[in-house]
Amino acid sequence: MGHPTYLALLAGCLAVTAPLELLLRVRVYARWRRFLLAVVPEFVVFVGWTLYAIARGHWRYDAAQTLGLRFPGGLPVEEVLFFLIVPLCAVLTLEAVARVTGWNPGYSVDE
Amino acid sequence: MSYSALAVSAVVVVVGVDLAVLRTRMVTRPVFWVAYAIVLAFQLLINGVLTGRGVVVYDPAAIWGPRIAYAPVEDLLFGFAMVTLTLASWAAVNRRANTASRRGRDTRTRRSSTR
Repeated sequence: MGHPTYLALLAGCLAVTAPLELLLRVRVYARWRRFLLAVVPEFVVFVGWTLYAIARGHWRYDAAQTLGLRFPGGLPVEEVLFFLIVPLCAVLTLEAVARVTGWNPGYSVDE
Repeated sequence: MSYSALAVSAVVVVVGVDLAVLRTRMVTRPVFWVAYAIVLAFQLLINGVLTGRGVVVYDPAAIWGPRIAYAPVEDLLFGFAMVTLTLASWAAVNRRANTASRRGRDTRTRRSSTR
């Protein structure tokens, strides 16, 4: 079992962006079904890319700084979480910018 | 394919998806670029820690060589493609859901008006 360096960074991302839901009422967590649907293409493409990159040796993960839990293909559990948490943070950021500026977030806002 | 070639391809494909497939046109919107700039700042920080501390190690043969905040420049293309695909998809899902809910309300209104 390695050090949770990578996991701690992901937890930090969630902690920094979570207040946007409460303070700016961006309603991203509230729309969690839409988020899970929206994240599917990114998750499939980038997990697939990463599996290819690991297989071809484009990059590798330090066993001492990851939990050591690996999915088939050598994919660290942190990397799988990365492809869910970073999109969540990006969506929270987009909605926060839209909320603060009053700009359309990229789709017609219904109420 | 090398990481470099894949990273360039990913940006081209994702921008094509945004403009021509989903037609969300995120890359034409100021809201997207402001959000991306904020995400980019955090990416440089997080990615800098991941690569600077050697959590992720790259094969020098698979990348061009230049690095920004310890990470290969290809990571910027990887991150841009990832964020753009996510936000375009998020906009598409919300557009679809909002259109469906509007249609639902219209239907109810029509029904009550014929009563």
